[in-house]
Amino acid sequence: MTNGYHIVVCGSVVPDPLQTLEPIQTPTGPALKNEMMLPAVLDPWAAHALYEAANLASKAAGSNSKVWLVSVGPKAKLQQVMMTIAQRVSFELVPVDSSASGFADAHSTAALLAGTIQAIPGLDRARLLVFGGWESASRGAGATMQLVGERLEILDQFQGVDQLSVQADGSFEVLERIEGGRHQVSVCSGPPALFGWATGNLPEPRNNPQVGMANMRTVMPALQRAKSVPLADGGLHFLSASPPKQQRQTRVVKDMSAEQIAQEIAEWIGK
Amino acid sequence: MSKNILFLAHVSEAGNTLPKASYDVLGAALELRNHLDGHLTIGLIGADVSAAAETVAGAGADRILAVAGPDFASGRYASDAAAAEAICRSAGADLILAPATSRFMRVLAGVAHRLNGCADTHVTSLEAVNGELRATRWHYRQRIEGVIRRDARPWILLLESGCEAAWVNTKTNGSAGAAKIEVIPVTLPKAATRTVVTGIRSPKSDVQTIRPDANLLFVAGAGWTKKQADGKTHVDQAEPLILDFLRVTGASLGGSKSLVDQSGESQAVLGFMTHLNQVGQTGSTPRHPKGLSTCCHGEEPHVVGWRFINERRAVNLDPNCGWARGKADVLYVADAFEVVAKLNALLAQRSRTSPEPAAQGALVN
Repeated sequence: MTNGYHIVVCGSVVPDPLQTLEPIQTPTGPALKNEMMLPAVLDPWAAHALYEAANLASKAAGSNSKVWLVSVGPKAKLQQVMMTIAQRVSFELVPVDSSASGFADAHSTAALLAGTIQAIPGLDRARLLVFGGWESASRGAGATMQLVGERLEILDQFQGVDQLSVQADGSFEVLERIEGGRHQVSVCSGPPALFGWATGNLPEPRNNPQVGMANMRTVMPALQRAKSVPLADGGLHFLSASPPKQQRQTRVVKDMSAEQIAQEIAEWIGK
Repeated sequence: MSKNILFLAHVSEAGNTLPKASYDVLGAALELRNHLDGHLTIGLIGADVSAAAETVAGAGADRILAVAGPDFASGRYASDAAAAEAICRSAGADLILAPATSRFMRVLAGVAHRLNGCADTHVTSLEAVNGELRATRWHYRQRIEGVIRRDARPWILLLESGCEAAWVNTKTNGSAGAAKIEVIPVTLPKAATRTVVTGIRSPKSDVQTIRPDANLLFVAGAGWTKKQADGKTHVDQAEPLILDFLRVTGASLGGSKSLVDQSGESQAVLGFMTHLNQVGQTGSTPRHPKGLSTCCHGEEPHVVGWRFINERRAVNLDPNCGWARGKADVLYVADAFEVVAKLNALLAQRSRTSPEPAAQGALVN
């Protein structure tokens, strides 16, 4: 691979995991209470995909690689999250102003993503790698990336990816998570291919103000140009959406010795 | 109007049966067939499906369809998609039920697109109301439960394991029967063979710490690697304590995000703990009957991964930690180092005096 890769990362925003989420009913279906007020982060698995993409692009021979981040979400939320993410790695943002709700239909979101990717000027299919999270922290379906891949006619797809190694002949060795804490190992002959990332192996990159300044030169104009697109319901109907009702009556034990506690736990395990 | 229901499965790695979760889904498919007055077809994918087909021959399906051959031995997107598409088209099904195995999670959403249908994953229950199918699944990582229905057909539903009663062949006391299999020929184009599955790799740990069938989940939090009462860290003591506990109980090991992330931040780490062990919002949601948390605060992003742990206990020095706020059945305010050491000694003593091995559960991560 002498010309590098064209890596398109699909990733959107989700509510900060520490926030309390309360569903409400709206005329268009369920939503989160005060959704626009909740602080947002880049979806964790999509963030891993972005960091892996930047790492691969920097290592690819010829350094002719480029990373795009295609993000479907409310413009204001995308702008807030980009203030942080743009300082971590270099990318070109391709934003679409639309719903990032966990109640949105995966098929409709995938159609929007695929159409946006196809419209990226100069994208070379022979060098194309599509990255994303294998699931999201919102819908958590693990379906969107496959649907994007099908629409882009990519037959080499991998999900739950923890490692992607480029071999000397340009092929990829891919490790995908399977049951029992193991990985399935595959070798793919090269692009185009799609990878739904799990956590990978890279630490979160540190903030780099220079990268941030370079990114923001294109991020802000891209956000201003972002088209507002309503997301179709895709024939998905919610009959209810509710938080779990179960609240346990916790017995807090403060006055037992380690030996007594061990005894009680051992009996509980043995039951 | 009667519905055509397809139960879709792939053979297990052993090659002579189906993954355990498949029999749960078959149970759900049979129940649905009865409620909807429908027809059931079984579809199987694998290198050789004959032995696996015999295990479901007694289920009373109208047809058993299969795509078989060496190209379909492993979980590869292109070949599995072609096989599943061929079976779904041949069955002409409105509803397609399949287990949420890693192999099918990789591919069936794409198959739904090819069929101009739709797919929903991580489904935890199905209900037929007035001839209409309703599915329950979680959103926002087990924090909001939604009940949905779909207009589009075929509708592919991937069911989580342990949510439905598994089908057992009562007619022949669980033994296999003869299966009449209709094999559908599928020839893969060259473009579908660019990927080759070369094998399975286990984690680098000295021991296999993830055991989906275990009766107990043992979660270690970041506290195991923090400074203890003497002002020093004791990772060297934590490692053998945890590994001994896993050995004597047969438990599966989980970790909090803060602990598994430490390996990437050059902090003192538990050598056997990887991101694969991570439980919670950005980790797994394992299914075990019991869970024991140690040195973990029980914050919401971690505890959402405990949604399917029935009985929960925790050991933590902080009486006001998250577990105390209705997230555990019992919180022991104590030093986990001391408690686990005593527990290991007690359990080792009991295992020496008892001939019975540690009980194993039936649920899969």
